[in-house]
Formats: sequence, C-alpha cells, structure tokens
Amino acid sequence: MKHVRIRPNRRQLLQMGAAVGGSLVAGREALTLAATPRSLGEPVGPYGERSPFETSVRWRRQSQTSETGASFTPIQDSVGILTPSALHYERHHAGIPPIDPATHRVIIHGMVDRPLSLSMDDIRRLPSVTRILALECGGNSAGEWRARGGADVQRSHGLLSGSEWTGVPLSLLLAEVGVRSDASWIIAEGGDACRMMRSIPLAKAMEDSLLAYGQNGEAMRPAQGYPLRLLNPGWEGNTSVKWLRSLKVTDQPYMARDETSKYSDLMADGTTRLFTYAMEAKSVITFPSGGQTLPARGLCELTGLAWSGLGRIERVEVTTDGGRTWVDAELQEPRLPQALTRFRLPWRFDGQEARIASRAVDSTGYVQPTRQALIAVRGMNSIYHYNGIKVWQVRADGSVTNAEA
Amino acid sequence: MVVVAVAAAFATLSAQAPRHSVGRPPTPEEMRDLGSAIAPDGTGLPDGSGTVGAGRELFAAQCARCHGPDGEGDVGARLVGGEGTLATPRPLKTVGSFWPYATTLWDYVNRAMPFDRPGLLEPSEVYAAVAYVLNLNGIIDEDLVIDAKSLPNVKMPNRDGFLADPRPDVR
Repeated sequence: MKHVRIRPNRRQLLQMGAAVGGSLVAGREALTLAATPRSLGEPVGPYGERSPFETSVRWRRQSQTSETGASFTPIQDSVGILTPSALHYERHHAGIPPIDPATHRVIIHGMVDRPLSLSMDDIRRLPSVTRILALECGGNSAGEWRARGGADVQRSHGLLSGSEWTGVPLSLLLAEVGVRSDASWIIAEGGDACRMMRSIPLAKAMEDSLLAYGQNGEAMRPAQGYPLRLLNPGWEGNTSVKWLRSLKVTDQPYMARDETSKYSDLMADGTTRLFTYAMEAKSVITFPSGGQTLPARGLCELTGLAWSGLGRIERVEVTTDGGRTWVDAELQEPRLPQALTRFRLPWRFDGQEARIASRAVDSTGYVQPTRQALIAVRGMNSIYHYNGIKVWQVRADGSVTNAEA
Repeated sequence: MVVVAVAAAFATLSAQAPRHSVGRPPTPEEMRDLGSAIAPDGTGLPDGSGTVGAGRELFAAQCARCHGPDGEGDVGARLVGGEGTLATPRPLKTVGSFWPYATTLWDYVNRAMPFDRPGLLEPSEVYAAVAYVLNLNGIIDEDLVIDAKSLPNVKMPNRDGFLADPRPDVR
C-alpha cells in the first residue's frame, strides 16, 4: 500500500521505467477496489437457519395419506454422529398432534400403588439424564430383503438418526408410583389421533427407558413427540411412543395392532416372531454410496455409520474388493453404546470397478451378517429388522450404484 | 421448595413413600379421557354389543370408502382373505389371515378408526364393526353377538402362528 502515497515527479517516473509504470497501474486498481464498499451481513437473529447453499432434505416416501408414512434422513450428507433435529427421520400414523406443553399430562396407572398424573413442569423438575442414542425404525432397509432397497443410502437406510436425548429415567417414575410385584408389562400410549400403543416389558422400563423431552440441546421437535416421548434405547423406533400420554402397568402385553400385525417378523415357514424389539448391529458406507460420483481418481476418504441396539460398536471392517479382503476402519470416538459410531478409511480409487461394503461387530461379539445369511435363516417376507451388509458398486467412471438392485 | 421439603419429610416418615413427590393422583375425568386399552383376555372391554347385521350397515357408512365395500382394500388396508399365503413368496397379511387376537381388532378400531375421525364410534358400533369384519373373514357366524364376553373367545385362524424372539439367530 506504501506506493499509493508516493507522488513521484515526472523525472523520477522516467527513471523508474516500465516496471514502475506497471505498479502504478496496479496502484490505481487497488484504489478502485478499496473504494467498493462491502455490504453488511444478515442481522443478529433469534433462531438460526442453515446456509441457503445447503439443500439436503429428508426424502418423503409416497404414502396413501399425507398424515401417515415416513420421511428419511439424508445420511449420505451427514457428518459426525448426530442428526440435526430438522432432519431426523419421521414415521407417523395419524399426523403430528399440536400439543401445548402447559396442558399436557402423562398418567401412570394400572398395577401401581399410587397412580400419578404428571405435568411437564413435574417431569422437568425430576433428576434427568442425557444420552446420545441412535434411533432406527424397525422397518429401516425393509426393501433390502427383496433387493429393492432403492438407489441411494437415504432410501435404503435413512430411517435412522442420531440425537442427544434428555429426559427422566422411567424407573424413577415407576418407583414413585410403586409398581406391584405381580406386574410385568407397561402399555404406552401416544397422544396422536390414533393413540398409537405399544407393550413394553417392565424389565426394559426398569433398565434404561427414558421419558424424553429434550433433543440436541432444545425441546424435541413436534414430529419427534413434543412435548414428551418414551425412548427405549436400542429398540425399534416404534416402541419409543411419541406424544406420550399414558403408561399403564399390567401383567400382560396388550397385543396391539402395531406389535402383532405390524413390526412382527414373518418367517419363510409362515410363523411370525413377536416382540422383536432390539435393533441388531448394522453398518453402511455413506460415502461413496449409491447415486454419488467420486470427484476424481486418487485418495478419497471412505466413511459410514455403524450402530448396535445391543451395545457398543467394537469394530468395523471394510472391503473394497467385493468381500475377498477386509481391513479395519478407524472408529471415531466417543463410541457410545446404542449410538451411531462413525467409521473412516482412506481409500485410493484407481479407476477400477470396486464392490465396497462395511461389516460391524458389537460389544456382544455379534457380527453383522450378509444379506444371504439373513435370508437363509429368515426368508424374504420379514419386512422388519433387516441388518445385512450393504454392498455398493463403484463403476470405473466413479459413479456409484446399489450393487444389489 | 415447599414440595421438596415435604418430600424430605415423607422420606423420613416412611421408606415406602415416593422419593420425589411429584404430580398428583389422576382425576376421574383424566382417567375417563384415557379411554380403554384392551388386553387379549378382554380386560378393558366396555359394555355394549354388536351384531354382524349392524356392522354391515356401519361398515358401508363409515369404513367402505377406504377399505372397499367388502373389505377388499383401497386407500385403507385389505381386511379379508390371504388364508394359506403366509408361507408363500406373496404373503397377504389381513385381519383374517394374520391377526392373532380379535380383541386387537376392537382396540384398534376403537382407538384409530375411522382414519380421519378416530374416536367417533360408540362401543356398540365398534362391536358391530368388529363382528362384521370377523364375519367377512368367515371367522364368526352371522348370528353371533359380539360383546365383552364373546369377543375374547373368538379364536383367530393364525392365533398359534406367533413365536418368541429367538435372536441372535444369524451367524
């Protein structure tokens, strides 16, 4: 900037020659740029929005009515292990009820000594716990049974999200009401129009179920059960009843429609497994995954998500040669039980076709099975609880497709 | 703070007392509002009854527009048929072929149907609708009256088709 202050006379200019003349031209340009004022940015605001350049959204699966159905998290665009609340997957059976927390109550009754009606203020006054947890719909990857999982990982695995949840341990409230010794189940009912209901074994409620009100640092979203939901860590999402209004302690499951005719697993022999609650260990590569294209040959970081409803992810192996060889991926810390765990592996794409897949191992020693192994035991009619290894096909031009379609 | 102090006092009075003393007993009105969840043994079923004939009329008025005039399905789920298909490559899971308990049908119709106006039906209307759907599937005769006594005794065709979770099952 120093030269802009110099005012050389004509002789000095001649002596300096062409090079200096060039710098004077540059100096004039700098003056011109400095004279262009910059606009101020957006004002300070009350509630943040993401950048308008970010366009990743949930995918809404076509359904019979707008109040039923599901939307899928764009896990191909996610980083880390948390899902923004605005992108958490949804599954509704009768729309999202508008509930005023000032009037909402949850009633704990049935086989208890002291039935209780609790306001949200009551709930929030109690000792709370916070856990980072994965939530997966029991029907996530349902299309994979018949190899109709969709072209991309959002459609094949997007009924999966990770959040930090805050709430009160259900065991604490069960101690408050005094559960009778002959009780063994809890019937949870939601405040949506269809009063969605599920039967939960008392043992799970005493172990780690939460009555959650907080999600990712704020009140949970209406679509996630605002103001209060049951949260059963590691279990199919449907059991984590949203808009919770009633917990009835009983000595039997109530065989609700959504645990007998739905969310039960039909086997090849025509029998059906009931109360298949836990989501077993599973993983999927999210980059490169179906529909994406590798930007260039050479180094790229391969990454994905692993989780287990039964414990911690201990190991994720990755193959880039269709399963002939497997190498350990790096696991991002912290590795929390029943939470999403991110894995990464540096990989060199050399323009050759590659079949890539990941395989998770959890702290129970359970190894994520192949699709073929799952089908050999359960057939193809199960719909729910699919956790097979997912294979993506990387083509020579760098485009990626669903290898099983 | 007063409540906390009361809770502390309670704790010293009795080990059986609640530790946190939050909330209050539900009011009779709150309990009425909860409605009734129905157990497979019939626990929770209210008074009232319904016939297949009454259910046929109610179905035509309230159910057929989504489930089809004969329960064959449309926007709403198919409600009939599918017997013998569960072990085939194209299983058809309906009330008749799949649902293990008739009480579940009462509970679900009562809590969730009609889809756009759940809670509309009186108990006797629910009994009637259930009777008609069971009759459509050939599970009960035309003259059986469905009520809190008879419904839990209706044996569904797939009642014994359900097993406990055996996982881990795949190695």
